Amino acid sequence: MFRFRLDGSSGVPPYLQIVHQVRQSLLLGYLQEGDRLPTVKDVSGDLAINPNTVVKAYRQLEHEGLAGGRPGQGTFITAAPAPAPPDASGALRASLEQWFRDADAAGLNDEAVTALIAVVRQDLRKEKVS
Amino acid sequence: MTHDDTGGSVPALRTTRLGKRYGQLWGLRDCTLSIPAGATVGLVGPNGAGKTTLLEMIIGLRKPTEGLVEVFGHAAQANTAATLARVGYTAQNHPLYPDFSVADMFHLGQAMNPSWDMALATGRTQALDIPLKRKVKTLSGGQQAQVSLAMALAKRAPLLVLDEPVASLDPVARLEFMREVMAQVAGGGPTVMIASHVVSELERLCDWLVVLTHGHVQLAGPVDDLLAGHQLLTVPRATSDADLPGVPIHRTDSDRHSSVLLRTSPAPLTAQPNPDWQAAPVSFEPLVMAYLQRPFRASDSGNRTQPTGPTTKVMSR
Repeated sequence: MFRFRLDGSSGVPPYLQIVHQVRQSLLLGYLQEGDRLPTVKDVSGDLAINPNTVVKAYRQLEHEGLAGGRPGQGTFITAAPAPAPPDASGALRASLEQWFRDADAAGLNDEAVTALIAVVRQDLRKEKVS
Repeated sequence: MTHDDTGGSVPALRTTRLGKRYGQLWGLRDCTLSIPAGATVGLVGPNGAGKTTLLEMIIGLRKPTEGLVEVFGHAAQANTAATLARVGYTAQNHPLYPDFSVADMFHLGQAMNPSWDMALATGRTQALDIPLKRKVKTLSGGQQAQVSLAMALAKRAPLLVLDEPVASLDPVARLEFMREVMAQVAGGGPTVMIASHVVSELERLCDWLVVLTHGHVQLAGPVDDLLAGHQLLTVPRATSDADLPGVPIHRTDSDRHSSVLLRTSPAPLTAQPNPDWQAAPVSFEPLVMAYLQRPFRASDSGNRTQPTGPTTKVMSR
């Protein structure tokens, strides 16, 4: 049976930690299509977390098409996430590498890079909204 | 979740303008709450905020000066058997009879509570290696806390009230206890109210939150709603509070910019998006800390309470 763990000091809300762990385990092959996730009661008692948190996480996974509830049986993994096409991720990786080299040459340290990424991401989100 | 003496929509707990005065001083005032059955409520506040006063009125140990407490639709009356039967409770100091053995304590619990779950009580002490025949006074503080908690759980009451339940337990014992409580909640068990200073722990346990300071409710509601109704805004230092799209709860000013934790719900009509502002979602602990640090204003005491009258000296206890 799959078991979750919780990092109390990560700052990530508990329900998101559960969602992330399922996504990551799918990518790594620790979880596969057809696997049954532990019941809400089991997760709740195992991690000492509110059952509604588990319900919310499972709902999110259903919404993403990764899991589905079968009445009376539990929640099952229904699909593996489609990995990004290798061509696209290869090209993106190459351009990102070049970008990081440029940033380094321009004298940006890690923190400056992180801040810049956050600002650009925020600006792009704003564009999408408006 | 329903119980035999409740309708589907009767709140597990309702307080209406509840207040308690000690002499000239109010320990709690104007406390109005409605908590649905099945919720796990975190009650947070500094020492002296009125948490224990509120809990003691809920369980019928203390008589309100004004207002009303209803547990599953029944008015709580101080020191009546019917009120006490609906509520399981552990006090901060875990009162037990020192000369009783653990088994004696459990038999007392059984005699006094019709829904007593002896298997649960003995199962817990067995799992914790606490011998049933040991006298209470020979147990360590942590073991006494565990016996007291086992008794509150074994009562199988529809409302479980825990006042600083894990303060005297080591980290593993705390986790162990909270696992048991959450397993019961997940199995359609009790509505739970937990007063605690350990905010990070409450984030895992609770889907409802009540923040109490200076004898007044500052914030109350389902955690998800409260988080959605606030945001963290970074603005230029010169921005005045009046221009912000909501009620500033906590503001940290730097030389050029300010971080503001803002209540945005209900959204004020004057809300204007501004390209110089950066908004981020609020997480549990910063939200609680912002309300705990907020200076008290009698005219603005949170979401669910009415403005108070010309009071109030609030006693510290």
